[in-house]
Amino acid sequence: MIKDFEHFAPKTLKEALTLLDKYQDDCKVICGGQSLLILMRQGLVAPKYLVDIKGISELNYIKDDKDGLKIGALTTHRTIEKSPVIKKKYPVLAEMETKLASIQTRNWGTIGGNICHGDPAGDPAPVLIALNATLTVAGTKGERNMPAEDFTLDYFEVALEPGELLTEIQIPAPPPRTGTVYTKFNIIESDLATVGVAVSMTLGSGDGVCQDVRIALGAAAPMAMRAKKAEAVLKGKKITDALLAEAGEKASTEAEPISDIAASEEYRRELVKVLVKRMGNEALARAKRA
Amino acid sequence: MKKELKFKVNGQPYEIYVKPKTLLVEVLRDHLGLTGTKRGCNSSSCGACTVILNGMAVKSCSMLALQANGAELLTVEGLARGNKLHPLQEAFLDHGAFQCGFCTSGMLMASTALLKENPKPTKEQIKEGIDGNICRCTGYNSIIRAVTAVVKGEYKEAK
Repeated sequence: MIKDFEHFAPKTLKEALTLLDKYQDDCKVICGGQSLLILMRQGLVAPKYLVDIKGISELNYIKDDKDGLKIGALTTHRTIEKSPVIKKKYPVLAEMETKLASIQTRNWGTIGGNICHGDPAGDPAPVLIALNATLTVAGTKGERNMPAEDFTLDYFEVALEPGELLTEIQIPAPPPRTGTVYTKFNIIESDLATVGVAVSMTLGSGDGVCQDVRIALGAAAPMAMRAKKAEAVLKGKKITDALLAEAGEKASTEAEPISDIAASEEYRRELVKVLVKRMGNEALARAKRA
Repeated sequence: MKKELKFKVNGQPYEIYVKPKTLLVEVLRDHLGLTGTKRGCNSSSCGACTVILNGMAVKSCSMLALQANGAELLTVEGLARGNKLHPLQEAFLDHGAFQCGFCTSGMLMASTALLKENPKPTKEQIKEGIDGNICRCTGYNSIIRAVTAVVKGEYKEAK
């Protein structure tokens, strides 16, 4: 059963930050609540105060300009999935959202809430890491920015200090000849990932050499992580099947998966190996078309 | 401490006081007596509690009731016009789109939301539309046939 709590529904970011500053560790932020309410129902989280930010409309937006994309933390998964500009310029984001839970959950749940929940099997984090996103968090003392890959710390733990709120996700405009893809392996479609893999690859002009690559893994460690050793295998090289297989092997060793109800550790390592190779190939094909 | 919740359900305005921890499904079933909305898995997996909030399908077991403040809700009780059933309800009956019936209200609401957004969905899109709803009798094919019949215009909306 959910324990009683006091409920605040601020209408502005400023009001919300004042409340968070006042209640610090005694309070919890709720937005769509698609993850939090499950934990509260199980009694795993029992806040005294709940700061309900769902009504802060100033944090609900998608803006696109020549520098890149800005997504307000309160934007719902469904809005991202349906956004014409995202479908056209950042299709991997829309593709990821389409496979995230059900329409009902996507209608109410937000991308910011998903990331702040810090579930290592969440879909958005690996994609944002591959896209080299920056996150903005705000507190009463001001704002700070951090790369998406530094935000996820451990199981259900993110780099938010007490009193801070995630406000915006910035995704830089992809360089020319860049392809980004994401896939997750699961038994039931739209379930959480048993393993998720996102790859973003940028090719050099003319020579087809892999200029830059970012590989991000979900559900393969206590947090969404970058597979930097696997990236090093590919960077600066002309991509071949053998090279991608080697990158898959590397990613599989640098991952730190656990055994749980969905899969054993060994199985997850095998999935990382296979999916990194497969997604590397797809990212390459996309980069060539871009 | 209870807080005020003002919203419309099936066109009817309500003004009630609820504990903040009350879920939307609890308000509908226990406070308003609208027991057509079912409480199934309680963890947003099964979709039996699906209602339409401001035009969007949501799972009412996974939402604080207070978040529906100011909203317009549609539940399965609001589908029929007087004695005339909604086309989807008629089609569900004709196609035997339920066995035990527990998933039916959720299936109806998910399908209603789908047809509002996309009146001519393909079979694939219908499947996607009810992807968040589980039928433990596994009667998916008859549900898809029922929705398809409505899409084909075999059932007319009541005036």
